[in-house]
Amino acid sequence: MAHPSSYQPSTGIERWLDARLPIMRVMHDQFMVFPTPRNLNYWWTFGGILTFMLVAQIATGVVLAMHYVPTEDGAFDSVETIMRDVNWGWLLRYTHAVGASMFFVAVYIHAFRGLYYGSYKAPREVLWILGVLILILMIATSFMGYSLPWGQMSFWAVTVITNLFSSLDAVIPGLGTRLVEWIWGGFAVGGPTLNRLYSLHYLFPFLIAGVVALHIWALHIPGNNNPTGIDVKSPKETVPFHPYYTMKDGFALLVFILVFAAVVFYAPNFVGHPDNYIPANPLQTPPHIVPEWYFLPFYAILRAIPNKLLGVAALLASISILFFVPWLDTSKVRSTSYRPIYKWFFWAFALTCLALGYLGSQPPGGWYLVFGRLFTLYYFAFFLVVMPVVGKLEKPRGLPGSITEPVLGPEHVKGRPARAPAKRKPEEVA
Amino acid sequence: MQPSGFSLAGAFAVLLALPGASLAEEATGTQANGNHAPEIARQSWSFTPPFGTFDNAQLQRGFQVYKEVCASCHSMRLLSYRNLGEPGGPEFSPKAVEVLASQVQVSDGPNEKGEMFQRPAQPSDRFRSPFANDQLARLANNGALPPDLSVMAKARPGGPDYIYALLTGYHPAPQGFELAQGMHYNEAFPGHQIAMPPLLSDGVIAYTDGTKPTVDNYARDVSAYLMWAAEPKLEERHKTGARVMIFLIVFVVIMYLAKRTVWARLKHSNATHGA
Repeated sequence: MAHPSSYQPSTGIERWLDARLPIMRVMHDQFMVFPTPRNLNYWWTFGGILTFMLVAQIATGVVLAMHYVPTEDGAFDSVETIMRDVNWGWLLRYTHAVGASMFFVAVYIHAFRGLYYGSYKAPREVLWILGVLILILMIATSFMGYSLPWGQMSFWAVTVITNLFSSLDAVIPGLGTRLVEWIWGGFAVGGPTLNRLYSLHYLFPFLIAGVVALHIWALHIPGNNNPTGIDVKSPKETVPFHPYYTMKDGFALLVFILVFAAVVFYAPNFVGHPDNYIPANPLQTPPHIVPEWYFLPFYAILRAIPNKLLGVAALLASISILFFVPWLDTSKVRSTSYRPIYKWFFWAFALTCLALGYLGSQPPGGWYLVFGRLFTLYYFAFFLVVMPVVGKLEKPRGLPGSITEPVLGPEHVKGRPARAPAKRKPEEVA
Repeated sequence: MQPSGFSLAGAFAVLLALPGASLAEEATGTQANGNHAPEIARQSWSFTPPFGTFDNAQLQRGFQVYKEVCASCHSMRLLSYRNLGEPGGPEFSPKAVEVLASQVQVSDGPNEKGEMFQRPAQPSDRFRSPFANDQLARLANNGALPPDLSVMAKARPGGPDYIYALLTGYHPAPQGFELAQGMHYNEAFPGHQIAMPPLLSDGVIAYTDGTKPTVDNYARDVSAYLMWAAEPKLEERHKTGARVMIFLIVFVVIMYLAKRTVWARLKHSNATHGA
């Protein structure tokens, strides 16, 4: 929400700086008094959680990089040296590895929150597109990071994924092979491949940080969406970001860190794969090559298509289709809470993503493949059919007059209470 | 509402069918495919989270099993002798570690004459590998390569449970099971054909602390020892974890109260607005 600046430099130094670089003014206006809808629920706390996770991953990663050796012979052993001989190395590495998974937990919740409450709709299209861009950068970064321990799963995941580019041979013979050899830096996955993956794994988090800055900028122009999906109409409906949302986000962040810490300290290898504790061996293919859990739905979509080139196309489409969501959804209301028909399709879509995740972890044959194809079909139908058609046909439920109407009491809202109504008392939400 | 109801019924049908189908697939998979990993029984260990610690005496016995039996074929190249005396491990005394290391001859050099030479190992040396290279290891083992055991307890599904099941899983092959030449039947091993012969039998290792010298105890002790070798900071992790969790729980409560206090101001102003 564009709002007039209320920053008052109180000392000479602050006035001096404000005339030259108004950074204190920006901090004050955007992170202290920034008007935030007062009815945001706990699903809105994941933006702050994600910011924390990015910083945590960069901080642990920078220290890990001081001890890691990006060579075929050194990678696996240097990771074990970190685990055994580097002071607190085990904590750094487990925090970083589990952190990648927690990062994806948070980003998927964040994305589904945006999808449910229509946060991608005008005037927040650019905000959404930047979010999808961050997701794609995260996928690339985590894939490259997973390759670095150079265990069996690292090696074979790199082999499988880089080989996807060879499907371009079906378009122009030789193009795919050339491209893959260029990516590998040789005629097979090897030392040069590991070295470039390491270099890019160090670069990408900073690209993410840059896009995150744009994402926050794009958020601060229209301001936050909210659970009702209707626009803020008066300043009374907002509260200053600090202390209200610093406290609420801070509380949610700590609960998140509590879960994160429990995994790091008590089940650090829960999200990993035992095969990655076997050093990479180009001569021995593991019986099942499975990606990390957060890629499983996309992996299921890739394998659902019998043609390699089309499978890769479907994989890319499954992510890039998110860019077009703001224009695919034709509904006039934002929040799914007020959309009686779309609501069912939405939850069916959420279940589809979970089902695809399960199917991605199973061998691609028999019924797994049949269901993989069915769910892939619905995955795309949700975006290409449900979003445009249901939005046109459906009659939304009556919207509240203002965002504070449900805040002041759901009895004021006509009809049934909303599925996820904003609550006045924070403790009820907690 | 018509389209919604229709698709809903479809979605439910698909979802209800899913688990049944997958169970059926799994069942047939087990029967048809001998390579399917067998069920591994869970054992009770002293080191299970959240508060578990290693049993030093058990790790010392496990090291003894490794040294006297496993080490003749399996390397543990990521470990040093000094690790045997570090906290959270077998915790041999510094003197004992020196003696254990000095029993082993390692190659060093080159010296000023440009020659490699043999010397007794020091605590800072890595465990000596039984074979100079993989080719020699295969040559001595009928073509099979005995894997390095440094992180074995994390490199197999089931971890120490699997190692225990493997070491106690040697049985006569069932009727009609085709066993390849030089292979041994093992219930826990995927495919049930393992190149490693059953080397443990009651009494082959003389325990000195009164523990019964049975295959079951050997297998249990060496599995615990390998778990420590794979995760030498496990005790430190559990101890640090307890402190971190207590800190975080207290912090979460304080943060919740702070948040509630701040938001309570709003409720007051709400009430006045509402009235």
